[in-house]
Amino acid sequence: MVTVRFSRMDRGDKTFTLIVYILLTLLAVVVLYPLLFVLAASFSDPDLVLKGEVTIFPKGFTLKPYSMVFENEDIWRGYLNTIVYTVVGTLINVAMTILLAYPLSRPDMPLKKPITLMIIFTMYFDGGMIPSYLLVRQLGLYNSMWALIIPVAISTYNFVVARSFFESSIPKEMYESAMIDGSSDIRTLFQIVLPLSSAIIAVLTLFYAVEHWNSYFSALIYLQNEDLYPLQIILRNILLLGQTEQMGSNDVGMGEKIKMAEAIKYSAIVISSLPVLCIYPFVQKHFVKGVMIGAVKG
Amino acid sequence: MKKSLAKQIWSKRGLFLLMLLPIMWYIVFKYIPMYGVQLAFRRYNPSLGITKSPWVGLKYFKQFFNSYYFKDILWNTVSLSLYQLVVGFPLPIILALMINEVHSRKYQKFVQNVTYIPHFLSVVVVVSMLNLFCDPTYGIFNKFLGLFGVAAVDYMAKPGAFQTLYVFSNVWQNMGFNAIIYIAVLSSLDQDMYEAATIDGCSRFKQVLYISLPALVPTIMTLLVMRLGSIMNVGFEKVLLMQNPVNMSKSNIIATFVYTNGIQKGEFSYSTAIGLFNSLINFILLFTTNRLSKKLTGSGLW
Repeated sequence: MVTVRFSRMDRGDKTFTLIVYILLTLLAVVVLYPLLFVLAASFSDPDLVLKGEVTIFPKGFTLKPYSMVFENEDIWRGYLNTIVYTVVGTLINVAMTILLAYPLSRPDMPLKKPITLMIIFTMYFDGGMIPSYLLVRQLGLYNSMWALIIPVAISTYNFVVARSFFESSIPKEMYESAMIDGSSDIRTLFQIVLPLSSAIIAVLTLFYAVEHWNSYFSALIYLQNEDLYPLQIILRNILLLGQTEQMGSNDVGMGEKIKMAEAIKYSAIVISSLPVLCIYPFVQKHFVKGVMIGAVKG
Repeated sequence: MKKSLAKQIWSKRGLFLLMLLPIMWYIVFKYIPMYGVQLAFRRYNPSLGITKSPWVGLKYFKQFFNSYYFKDILWNTVSLSLYQLVVGFPLPIILALMINEVHSRKYQKFVQNVTYIPHFLSVVVVVSMLNLFCDPTYGIFNKFLGLFGVAAVDYMAKPGAFQTLYVFSNVWQNMGFNAIIYIAVLSSLDQDMYEAATIDGCSRFKQVLYISLPALVPTIMTLLVMRLGSIMNVGFEKVLLMQNPVNMSKSNIIATFVYTNGIQKGEFSYSTAIGLFNSLINFILLFTTNRLSKKLTGSGLW
């Protein structure tokens, strides 16, 4: 951008710049406010939250909603399940994506075009929900954690991102010299390509991990055993279906129960989103990078 | 000298070996379900399996087209998607153009980082927040609107509010993230153009219109074609979570209908037919818009 100092701009440009800054500030407030409100409400006295007295700072500061969420066994188990699914799932995702993207990024790969086409085609047309569902049942994955991992082992979009990365960052000459040195294509991947690919591995890990952490639909259709439920399903049950009966001690009255049921909703939101939001500042530049690599036309 | 294909493949057998598992995965989890789409033309009998169940032709398609809810569901799907497109598509472009006009790097980064945050929340969390915010007694939407004298309403239970809630919460969640691509294109532009324009006395606003915006056109067209090609794929997981008996008249879309009828009620063939109808419309739209885009702007998806 040409940096003309604000004071040296003419009237029209001054107004324009001012409007841009005001709109962006307003936007930042609108985006942030709901998040800050949830955070404030989660630390507030439920009575005051229900009366609508919390606006941006906690009122009647309390940790009670949090201690109630922590007492809930379902949430703990869901949390643990989600961590397992996310770690195992992401490992498989990243491995599978690289194993596919590396060969198809090599300039000397035979049948590169038809195979890539066959893969990209699935982005635009698929069998739909029911045939996939029946397939998962037929394969015996139903009601097991693998139903949440294997059917989503590769995301075609991420494959495109990874392939573009390899194509643009590993020069052709490198493969040629590796060949002259007698390195096999498989060894080249592990000894030459992967050490140069930490950026794409980070991007893929993040894309996939967030997806696993946040996903609920596969669990909804494939899991029956409640012990296997991931966090998002537990959250859905508590937050959206209002299943909070088992919460809190039994000696409190109905009114108190309803109040606490509402109060824990805010803290449950905070607790479930915390891991993703905490790593966010450290990883956001990778996400941005990933989107940009992907933008280099598939 | 050109080697025969078989020889070429043999010389690269290591590479084929590497992608053996992923390719098998694509065949099993993408192409077998595609083959399974024939279920739409057969009356499913679990003991016979997909390929041996009796052939019934277009029966299920006719049943769907003739049902009393066909029009409603189709219209709910299309209108929600168009609403999303009209509101959700231009806003990231405008945001990117505005961020590009900010001179302070720090402020630029601040706005970007803030607007990306909601993208990482799960749909369950976003819909829960909507629920809490719409509460008539203490929800912040009602409190805010109350400032202007609007009476408190539970918007989640108002069919007329469903689409707006859906679209604007999507905008809230994804506008910043969707702007990334445009911001990247703008920041790679040759700055001399702006300089020349400034010297020629071109106002900042006109620079946006005549330099920045045209530079985004190829990206805009590519993404627009992709969006139009998936117009029937509304963010169905979110719709499903937002659905309640009161807003069904607006929130029942093709994908949720496939879910409730197929997976919950077990009408596999009928639901597959409806899903296939959905995919076909998408596919046709993708091809037509890509053609159109190529003709109009010279750029498209392929």
